[in-house]
Amino acid sequence: MSTTDQATTTPQSGMKRPKRGVPEGLWVRCPGCQATIFRKEAEAKLGVCPECDYHFYVSARERIHQVLDDGTFEEWDAELTPTDPLNFEDKRPYRDRLIAEQERTGLRDAALVGEGMIRARRVAIAITDSAFIMGSMGSVVGEKLTRSIERATEHKLPLIIISASGGGARMHEGILSLMQMAKVSAALARYDQAGGLFISVLTNPTMGGVAASFAALGDLTFAEPRALIGFAGPRTIQATIRIELPKGFQTSEFLLEHGYIDRIVRRADLKSEIARSIDYCGK
Amino acid sequence: MRRELAELKKKIYSGLSPWETVQVARHPDRPMTSDYLALLFDEFVELFGDKFFGDDRAIRAGFAKIDQYKVLVVGHQKGKTLQERQACNFGCAHPEGYRKALGKMKLAAKYGLPIICFIDTPGAYPGVGAEERGQSQVIAQSMFEMARLKTPIICVVIGEGGSGGALAIGVGDKVAMLEHAYYSVISPEGCAGILWKSGQFAEQAAKALKCTSRDLSSLGVIDDVIEEPLGGAHRDHHQMGARMKMYLLKSLRELVGMPFEKLLENRYQKFRRMGQFLERPL
Repeated sequence: MSTTDQATTTPQSGMKRPKRGVPEGLWVRCPGCQATIFRKEAEAKLGVCPECDYHFYVSARERIHQVLDDGTFEEWDAELTPTDPLNFEDKRPYRDRLIAEQERTGLRDAALVGEGMIRARRVAIAITDSAFIMGSMGSVVGEKLTRSIERATEHKLPLIIISASGGGARMHEGILSLMQMAKVSAALARYDQAGGLFISVLTNPTMGGVAASFAALGDLTFAEPRALIGFAGPRTIQATIRIELPKGFQTSEFLLEHGYIDRIVRRADLKSEIARSIDYCGK
Repeated sequence: MRRELAELKKKIYSGLSPWETVQVARHPDRPMTSDYLALLFDEFVELFGDKFFGDDRAIRAGFAKIDQYKVLVVGHQKGKTLQERQACNFGCAHPEGYRKALGKMKLAAKYGLPIICFIDTPGAYPGVGAEERGQSQVIAQSMFEMARLKTPIICVVIGEGGSGGALAIGVGDKVAMLEHAYYSVISPEGCAGILWKSGQFAEQAAKALKCTSRDLSSLGVIDDVIEEPLGGAHRDHHQMGARMKMYLLKSLRELVGMPFEKLLENRYQKFRRMGQFLERPL
């Protein structure tokens, strides 16, 4: 666990570690347009391809730097640690998987929560990180989100949740993960009742139990361009209906067209878009 | 001989493996929402349609009477004949089904009718139309609203409790499961496909997922387990119906008349407590 402690205290560790994000090396290939681009250039553009505007993965810590005013982030419940309530074992025990993911990502679990300022506006913020078991929601993610929502309710703070959860509800914690969907949604219902402003930001990917709970409950829903967002995975759907899926299916643009998101927001504009929305709706 | 047979059945059904439980939960002769409607209630006035897109036969909703109580019943329906099964997509609801359910539940809350939900679905329908019409949106919305509906809600998993499609009508003051039902974050086949890379490992997945009524009871996710007749609910619909009725009436007596503030606070805290984690690393 000591490696975890070390890594979590190093800001921007997300950009330095290998795998995902803007890949290591001087030059990288963009998954969006296949162009070879200069890594530094993509990083300078907040992890966006200068050629085709493809939005790369960014870690939750890096998001904090991108969205909050410098030095204003105060983390909540950093110590909350996952356990293995089911003694779950597939090809490898969940216990081992957790330790490996913690060492690899420098996170204790898939969510980072706290408060900070966005252009001098105080907010509660929660971010899921798709690098940690696909950003899936188990008990820790559910609890961290619920506590943040409750604090936001109590202190009348606008709430920002940035989702990057391709894994939905985490299978390894079974029914307890499913119940986090109800728990977080119930907390959001109280927050809503109290008049709180909730901005849900969907990034690549947001699927399953996350897409079908808090991520869908924003007063305002933003999505980064070309993110994969949906309930059932494309493979599951293909296996069920056995027809070719339409082009652009389950992308941000598809969701905008069908009326489920308010705005597609490019990463570079996210901070100012959130600040502006708070000015319109926040108290 | 008969006694021996009964003993044997008892022995077998008390020691079902998780995978066998899943099979019993899916048994085609198992009582469905329509059976409970006929067996327990004096009247059922079905209410159709989501007033937006269509009527989804995978979810039934309507007014019903049970003893002195006027209630609203919502339930998944899998269908009995092949034709009916196809008409209701084997109990896999589309967004219009959940939208219908929520619409009727809001109506019930407005007029003070308690709500009874029968949960029996392999999962919400995965398809192009379902995504286009907002499957995620309606499931989220349903949990969000159920958490604050000002009327008692009793949910019973009668067969399959398949993931978000089950939970979408599963946020209640009382959540119970029939003894041989299962309730899971993902189907054993789906889990096996993702974690073992092959659906053939469904049996292992069923065991790993801890999805039986006994498991859920010990994980603190359900309030009650309703015992099934000897050899499973499919062997004796009448006895199962009688037990269900007893449970529902007992729960209604407990919940009806409770001040809404207390009812909603209890409902919130019930789900609030769910989950296991450490406050700090060991």
